[in-house]
Amino acid sequence: MRRTAWLVLLVSAVLMRPSLAETVADYGYPFVDPLEATVLGTPPPHKAELPEEVPSEIHQLVIYPRRPVPEIFWYTARFEYSLAAQPGRAPLVFVIPGTGADYNAAKTLIMQRILYQAGLHVVSLTSPVHPNFVVSASSTSVPGLITEDAEDLYRVMRLAYRQIGSRIDVSAFHLAGYSLGATEAAFVARLDEEQKAFDFGRVLLINPPVNLYTSARVLDRLFDDNIRSEADFNALFDSMMAALAGAFEQTSPTTIDEDLLYAIYRTNPPDDATLEALIGLAFRFVEANLSFSADVMTNAGFIVPRGIELSTTDSLTPYLRIGLRTTFEDYAREMLYPAYKATHPEVTFDEMIEAGSLRSIEEYLASSPKIGLMHNEDDIVLADGDIDYLKSLFGERARIYPKGGHNGNLDYRDNVADIMNFFKN
Amino acid sequence: MLKTRKRLAGVAFAGCTVVLCGCASAPQAPLIPPERALSPAELATPSPIDVYDPIEPVNRAIYQFNAVFDDYVFLPVVDAYERVTPDFVEDRISDFFSNLLEIPTFANSLLQLKGERAGRAVTRFVVNTMFTLGFYDLAGARGIEPIREDFGQTLGHWGVGNGPYLMIPVLGPSNLRDGTGILTDFATYYFTLPSAVADARAYQGGTYVLYPIDTRSNVPFRYYQTGSPFEYELVRLLYTQRRKLEIAN
Repeated sequence: MRRTAWLVLLVSAVLMRPSLAETVADYGYPFVDPLEATVLGTPPPHKAELPEEVPSEIHQLVIYPRRPVPEIFWYTARFEYSLAAQPGRAPLVFVIPGTGADYNAAKTLIMQRILYQAGLHVVSLTSPVHPNFVVSASSTSVPGLITEDAEDLYRVMRLAYRQIGSRIDVSAFHLAGYSLGATEAAFVARLDEEQKAFDFGRVLLINPPVNLYTSARVLDRLFDDNIRSEADFNALFDSMMAALAGAFEQTSPTTIDEDLLYAIYRTNPPDDATLEALIGLAFRFVEANLSFSADVMTNAGFIVPRGIELSTTDSLTPYLRIGLRTTFEDYAREMLYPAYKATHPEVTFDEMIEAGSLRSIEEYLASSPKIGLMHNEDDIVLADGDIDYLKSLFGERARIYPKGGHNGNLDYRDNVADIMNFFKN
Repeated sequence: MLKTRKRLAGVAFAGCTVVLCGCASAPQAPLIPPERALSPAELATPSPIDVYDPIEPVNRAIYQFNAVFDDYVFLPVVDAYERVTPDFVEDRISDFFSNLLEIPTFANSLLQLKGERAGRAVTRFVVNTMFTLGFYDLAGARGIEPIREDFGQTLGHWGVGNGPYLMIPVLGPSNLRDGTGILTDFATYYFTLPSAVADARAYQGGTYVLYPIDTRSNVPFRYYQTGSPFEYELVRLLYTQRRKLEIAN
């Protein structure tokens, strides 16, 4: 049965597609709707068995000792990352999280557990577009341009290893990233080919957007198509609260987590418009954090008046409200490009955006056997044609799942087994 | 556009007193309006994010104080407690305090004329106290889950609004209505207890030392862990919405 499925798949792959990309058949991940997958992740009965917690410690780095840190960022002046160390000799893997996530985010912790379970030392970093990175680790404090962010990440990795290297026994270096972190990992891997600080053995890209700019536009539209005014925003909010109210009827939940969301989903499944708005809202919140932090660090006058010095007691509410109405495109055109143009006057906006696309390093990606790809056929952040492009680019180093949305299947049984296998070979 | 900026020079935490000083308009470089801002019409549209918060600078200072207090005092104590106490014992202690909360829940259910809920509180209290002295939530294990009612909810039930948002030292987010509720529940609790119990060392140690530690150890929230510069807004929003749900249920 399973064999026939593979045979059918192989035949159809050979006949219908120019690539040898492996699409997974017989895949039991439950959500067919990619929006549901993206929001709800993997329901408990389908999750892989992983240790609930692995022994990990948090470390801090001062990367720019002379950089002044604005008062309102007093709590995030140092760059933070985590280390989950194996007791003996083992390979070390760096994990680059998704857009705006830190070393402690739910999906980063899933990666940590999977990779620790696979027997690796795990160093979890923080996304370059997270405020902590903007304040403490970004060379420009205006991240979003992957070529530059990759260099910043590489610097952080070297400094982190210098800090912890003497305490762990490392046999080899690997690299992994999910979502935007995967796109960044591809650029970091290429950088490492030149600088050889680590000489990565294996590099795994999980659900990378081909181009951050295009994917951000998809996510921004999910929000804008559903939320056109402050009144729409209020309506979305009310409907979310009404859905939560159902959960409060019979009990007093203490935390709002994935399990609670799943319970709500089962009794009262939200429609696609609400799911789209939710995904868009979560992304907008990340963007608001980014725009605000980058703006305050560089005094660019984007959403915060130029010349103001905010104190810890000032209200930031108006900046949150305008931040939620600001797209990544706004940020790219009004913050990122002017900052970049100051040092690269000959580069056009479109050229800058293209330089951050996986297409700009496709020759490297097509020829490097160390790089593997895991992606989903129905990932919502991909543009038309992206998945076919990735399949042909990575050939048999790609593993494409038919379902899972954007990173929804990260801790699904088969995916976890595949990630562990990737680093075991 | 010259704006007067309120400046908080220091926060003194003495008997819940916050000293606000140095409210002076300092000369500053003129501000240049940002490229993007909400229009006056949009700003005037009420948003759920804009919770009524007239003493926001004070609240923000207390928020910061709580974060530092958590880091240097509260969490180290909680961590030590968790290290020396076996999980099983921790759970028994949590269940014990949770059982005592059935008393205010019962009183407030009555005040809201919620018979079923008052009955549930009595059932839970009697079952748990009789069979386990309150150290194990037997009723919960049999499907009679706790649903809390406090005096803040009672006030809300009868139409009292939130009032100004308040950040309470050590305790965290609240508002005038719910803060009043906490005091009232505490007073009720205190005055209904026989003085032999209320004055006992064990009781006082339990209430003022063990109870806050147990409560904190059950709350996963850590200040500044969202990484967002808008965490204050987020906490304020979620607290307010959560209370709205708890009052409505």
